[in-house]
Amino acid sequence: MDSTYHWLAGFAQSAGLLYFVGTFLAVCLYALWPSNRARFDEAAHTPLRED
Amino acid sequence: MAATGYPIRRATTGEMGGLVLAAGCVLPLIIIAALTPDPAYAFHVSLAAVASLVAVFLIGNRCFSPAPSPAPQEIDGKPNYNMDPVKFATVAAMVWGIAGFTVGLIIALQLAFPDLNFDLPWTNFGRMRPLHTSAVIFAFGGNVLIGTSFYVVQRTSRARLAGDIAPWFVILGYNFFIVLAGTGYLLGITQGKEYAEPEWYADLWLTIVWVVYLLVFLATLAKRKEPHIYVANWFYLGFILTIAVLHIGNNLALPVSILSPKSYVIWSGVQDAMFQWWYGHNAVGFFLTAGFLAIMYYFVPKRAGRPVYSYRLSIIHFWALIFLYIWAGPHHLHYTALPDWAQTLGMTFSIMLWMPSWGGMINGLMTLSGAWDKLRTDPVLRMMVVSLAFYGMSTFEGPLMSIKAVNSLSHYTDWTIGHVHSGALGWVAYISFGAIYCLVPWLWNRRELYSLKLVNWHFWISTLGIVFYISAMWVSGIMQGLMWRAYTSLGFLEYSFIETVAAMKPYYVIRALGGGLFLTGALIMAFNLWMTVRHGTVDAPSDDHALQPQLVPAQ
Amino acid sequence: MSSIENPAPRKSLWLKHKIFETNSIILVIGVLLVISVGGLVEIAPLFYLRNTIEKVEGMRPYTPLELAGRAIYVREGCYNCHSQMIRPLRDEIERYGPYSLAAESMYDKPFQWGSKRTGPDLSRVGGKYSDEWQLGHLNQPRALVPQSIMPGYPFLAKTELHFGDIADHLRANRGGGVPYTDAMIAQAASDLEAQATPDHPRAAELEARYPKVQIRDFDGDPKRITEADALIAYLQVLGTLVDFKLYDTKANIR
Repeated sequence: MDSTYHWLAGFAQSAGLLYFVGTFLAVCLYALWPSNRARFDEAAHTPLRED
Repeated sequence: MAATGYPIRRATTGEMGGLVLAAGCVLPLIIIAALTPDPAYAFHVSLAAVASLVAVFLIGNRCFSPAPSPAPQEIDGKPNYNMDPVKFATVAAMVWGIAGFTVGLIIALQLAFPDLNFDLPWTNFGRMRPLHTSAVIFAFGGNVLIGTSFYVVQRTSRARLAGDIAPWFVILGYNFFIVLAGTGYLLGITQGKEYAEPEWYADLWLTIVWVVYLLVFLATLAKRKEPHIYVANWFYLGFILTIAVLHIGNNLALPVSILSPKSYVIWSGVQDAMFQWWYGHNAVGFFLTAGFLAIMYYFVPKRAGRPVYSYRLSIIHFWALIFLYIWAGPHHLHYTALPDWAQTLGMTFSIMLWMPSWGGMINGLMTLSGAWDKLRTDPVLRMMVVSLAFYGMSTFEGPLMSIKAVNSLSHYTDWTIGHVHSGALGWVAYISFGAIYCLVPWLWNRRELYSLKLVNWHFWISTLGIVFYISAMWVSGIMQGLMWRAYTSLGFLEYSFIETVAAMKPYYVIRALGGGLFLTGALIMAFNLWMTVRHGTVDAPSDDHALQPQLVPAQ
Repeated sequence: MSSIENPAPRKSLWLKHKIFETNSIILVIGVLLVISVGGLVEIAPLFYLRNTIEKVEGMRPYTPLELAGRAIYVREGCYNCHSQMIRPLRDEIERYGPYSLAAESMYDKPFQWGSKRTGPDLSRVGGKYSDEWQLGHLNQPRALVPQSIMPGYPFLAKTELHFGDIADHLRANRGGGVPYTDAMIAQAASDLEAQATPDHPRAAELEARYPKVQIRDFDGDPKRITEADALIAYLQVLGTLVDFKLYDTKANIR
């Protein structure tokens, strides 16, 4: 029992941490990548365009 | 029919399928209604049979209508938006909202004046309270979400809503679920899981409706003419998908028999508790937050006439919010028999959740930068901005209350009720009111609302009501928590339980007063909207479409 | 706003449309991946970590009458105001009794831990009050506790309990893992009658199947079995199955 707990805790503190940080960085990179800027700016105006 | 000269046309495949399914349900439902020994269940099954017959009639009736079917995707190169289901949802939201607020006022009064329970089964607090929570969250909130999502996904995709009768199935089917749920509680049909009280057959029905909702939404996105999926749609999609997962996970139950409304959930005890609050907290996170953030990301920029402050922030906001929210459930189970590690995880993620919540709030508020003067002249915009302030307040309070030391005091008390209502009244209801005030003139083709002055009255009366409500609950909640743990100098508990109940009375009266004010505001709103539709100035009618009411011209 | 009113030419959009269509599916997959992590990490271990539910002596499934009473407790929404979860805090233990163990709700479908104490916790209410008190309090709470704000439930003692399908209720519980035996299911209706009827000929059988079962006429009306019989039988069993003399109840106190 105790060993399962330690194994899980160890897993959470290593792989889990990497996973969190990795996911967060990936999202930030996607959002802040310079070449995406124009696309996002255009998307931001979507609700304002009349048809 | 012959007099008007419209021939019966052939039913489309979708109409045919709908007819066959609806008609096929009628007989089995009548048989079940006849066989069940439970009168409340017989009533529900009969309702379902009647609903099936109505569906048969409605679909059949379409074959006599002059409208081409399926409706054209575009007219004169402009998307032919399907706004009738949105109109229905808007009206339904207003009706259910007022019903839900009224029931809330009644149960608030019951707590102050218990004789109002009348000692009858159908009117006691225990049955009325789920009616209130479901009416405001699922009936009012749900119709706002489905209605606005159908509006926003069309407008930001520049495409007609996918499906011919599917959108109507979603709207009407969802409202039928609401009727089953609400009448069920009063008749004593409940699963006994908070915010998931409807029994197995209503849950099954909702699952079908929800899957069709997801498909309609996805299919509309798939035929969009815009390159990007606008961020509001991300939030709507996150809401729809997650609610589906939560609903199924939490409601897996074995019915006693097909002739009984009663079921037993397959989880038990501590696992059931974890499932319940995984569901319960994420109903807050994805139904009451993600869905309404979608409303914020469309309606605030639209009303302010400027794009959202930072589209990049909105992307980070989206992923961070949905990632963190899903973990927060165990903070409802602090110091219970749930294992400590799960409680600690729940607390940690709840505190982290503060960041994306405020990121989203700042993104919404800063959209106004450079246009703050509009707050003075536009009470609708002001309502939405104040809703963001309330969102910020309750998403600060939430992480605070999820800290175990704070929670040991606040849990089981009215502080929780106050917290929920600062979010529900201040954030969810206000952003919904703002969206509905925007939508009604757009949908019914009116130049503006009947009266901005009345919006102002609504705003101030409701805000006063919210302040009464939440401050009364803060005081009573913290007081009750402190009284429960108070000791005399001799080391005995200072107060008996009933003394703490008696001490709550004045605050319960103030709370009911706050609820009454909030309801008054909503009634003013309903009047204003009614007058807008009935007597408002028609905005730029387009002649060629005026003859065909089912083709709603673009705004 | 004039600068933004010139969308990209239709043609190039259509060329790229394929990629964009897959986008919404990518979004769906992304959302599902992201939301499943938290749920899986928090929920799945509860099913296989053995120390989630400690082993205790004395827990048994509810008798048919208690189960029927529990259904009434759920039906009337008692959980909206009463918790069944005593936290390991000094004042709660002194007010209500030993803190609740996970094992004590292991047969509860659904759990009734509650989230609000408009009224007191009920997890150890069994045996604290007499049947007459419970009945009188259900009928007219303010006759016994003048400051109470609880609704009255006088209709329970007037309504006969419908238990024609009680065996199906046990069977549905067994489907979800409650260890009801074939005999318990087969004899469910007669067990239910035996518990609410003093000196019932099958009382011994009932006691053998459900240790510590309390057999008596709970609502003071021996001629019939009412909903009050069932609800009071349920209230009187709450917290009575585990013998806390065997456990160190101060071990986890905070």
